[in-house]
Amino acid sequence: MAARTTRHATPADPSAQDWRHIVRLAKVDMTFGRVQALSQVDFEVGRNEIVGLIGDNGAGKSTLIRIVSGVLRPTAGRIWVRDRPLDLDDYSVRMAHELRIETVHQGNSLGEKQPLWRNLFVGRQITGRFGFIDVKKEREVADHLLRQAIGFRGHGISADSTVRDLSGGERQGIAIARAMYFQADLIVLDEPTTALAVREVRKVLNFVEGVKAGGRACIYIEHNLAHVHEVADRLVLMDRGKMAAEFAKGDVSLAELTNQMIALQEGHGRVRG
Amino acid sequence: MSAVEPARKRVLQVEGLPIVAVLLILVVVFMIAAPEVFLGYRIYMSFLATVPPLLVLAAALTLVIAAGEIDLSFPSVIALSGWVLGYFIHDLGSPWIGFVLALASGALVGYVNGILIARVGIPSIIATLATQFLWGGLTTVLSQGLSYSLGDVDQLLLWRLLVGRIGPFPVQALWALAVAAALWLVLNRRRFGEHLLFIGDNARVAEVVGVNVRREKIRMFVLMGVMAAFASVLLTLENKNFFNTQGGGYLLEVMAAVFIGGTSVFGGKASVVGTVAGSFIIGMVEAGLVATGLQGFWVRAVVGIVFLAAVVGHLVIEEPERGRASLRLLFGKFAPERKTPP
Repeated sequence: MAARTTRHATPADPSAQDWRHIVRLAKVDMTFGRVQALSQVDFEVGRNEIVGLIGDNGAGKSTLIRIVSGVLRPTAGRIWVRDRPLDLDDYSVRMAHELRIETVHQGNSLGEKQPLWRNLFVGRQITGRFGFIDVKKEREVADHLLRQAIGFRGHGISADSTVRDLSGGERQGIAIARAMYFQADLIVLDEPTTALAVREVRKVLNFVEGVKAGGRACIYIEHNLAHVHEVADRLVLMDRGKMAAEFAKGDVSLAELTNQMIALQEGHGRVRG
Repeated sequence: MSAVEPARKRVLQVEGLPIVAVLLILVVVFMIAAPEVFLGYRIYMSFLATVPPLLVLAAALTLVIAAGEIDLSFPSVIALSGWVLGYFIHDLGSPWIGFVLALASGALVGYVNGILIARVGIPSIIATLATQFLWGGLTTVLSQGLSYSLGDVDQLLLWRLLVGRIGPFPVQALWALAVAAALWLVLNRRRFGEHLLFIGDNARVAEVVGVNVRREKIRMFVLMGVMAAFASVLLTLENKNFFNTQGGGYLLEVMAAVFIGGTSVFGGKASVVGTVAGSFIIGMVEAGLVATGLQGFWVRAVVGIVFLAAVVGHLVIEEPERGRASLRLLFGKFAPERKTPP
């Protein structure tokens, strides 16, 4: 691991101290064929800031975070991590991991048929001297994580369980635990509460508050405005690939926020109709 | 740890155990039905001489299927690489160069497959069907439809190293098992193998966890090509002969060996151990049936029965829910629950 970290460390060394924004995007465009998913997007996240990203389906939220997490390469624009510019030709999921940016993707970011220990370490396996995966070590860490961090004691869930044996909430727990284990400075959550039971939603919200308390940053995408209004320091509203509005915590009530979004939607209606 | 998992489940989780058991039962059945053949060692030496090309192909194809892809072009690699080797031995008298170039030709076929599938985006079943015609046809052109008789090839060091005998024991069996062991390690203990499993499980997930899906697929098809070429070298040397349709019979047998071994057709789950057992089952049924006095006509029917039994068995053991549902469907006692999308 250490060797790989130094290889890519030049643009934004995670150990550097003197930075204001964990990530900043300027004038980012993203087109898929003839569809403009993002146009001229400016977006930034501070050191210890929880940013709630809201907007309707197709507003470009998921595209935006797929760019931040290294899955997609933007068509145009610039990105800084810890105030240092990224070389976008080099940027990848692996590099995002090395820069301690972790993403819990919408729905599923786990391999269903694979055991939990593989899921925790895939993409950055613990390997021995000859490049073989240290299965024993990976299992140990996974088991420890399951019992300590997630509290899966006595559920009959072990490091060897496959993901398809788990409930939706448990899967989300694994995905979040993976992000925690790798000590992310920025955790990106893409609709983590979709399809979760109420009690499990509470756990996710507690986790987001824990991120804040731990001095880290979070981009939190959420359909449910009540959830995101509760935990976010700043709310960013996206609309059809553009930044539409921004609110600091306390500047807007949940009711006002809801009205604003409905107004936006009706605006579309008028344009179309 | 072991206290958490029930002992029974642990036993069932030993890789390939059910299918190894089937193989052993088959051996015992043949021993009872044809003791004069199956209680001697000669028949087993014969299997160990003839199964290795099948085993090498099936072990490599296991990785391809693990990644949710397929390769139909390997029969043409068996022809092409066999021709390269035969040409260099027969016409040029340089077996080692022929050996290296045979493997290289397999790598080339694999690389072209990989580019077509991972870069151009053609589904693997289509791309490798096309390249199967291409390379097979090219081999016929290159060989002018002729075969090479390599009668005195057993004087070569290459022959003795790859397909010689230690007493009665065929050396190629050691090579094939070494290949299978190496591929087991690649699949289960290397980053590359884990990436293949995730790609087969869900390519989108593989991408977001940082797997370079395209690169790994290209590497996988190159590996498949090289392994098919190695199988071709073993086959050509053991037969002391090259003919331009020599890969023809392997396609379905190799796929059968992989699926009998318990590898999922849906990708993401694969057993090299199961494939080894599956290869021996496929290689053994023919000789076994003939020795027991049944007519050779029965071979394919019996393979079909073993195949179906194995696939249903894997389903029931590894996915009890789906397995039960399938059995219910099969016997029609209850209609299976149908999930309607909201």
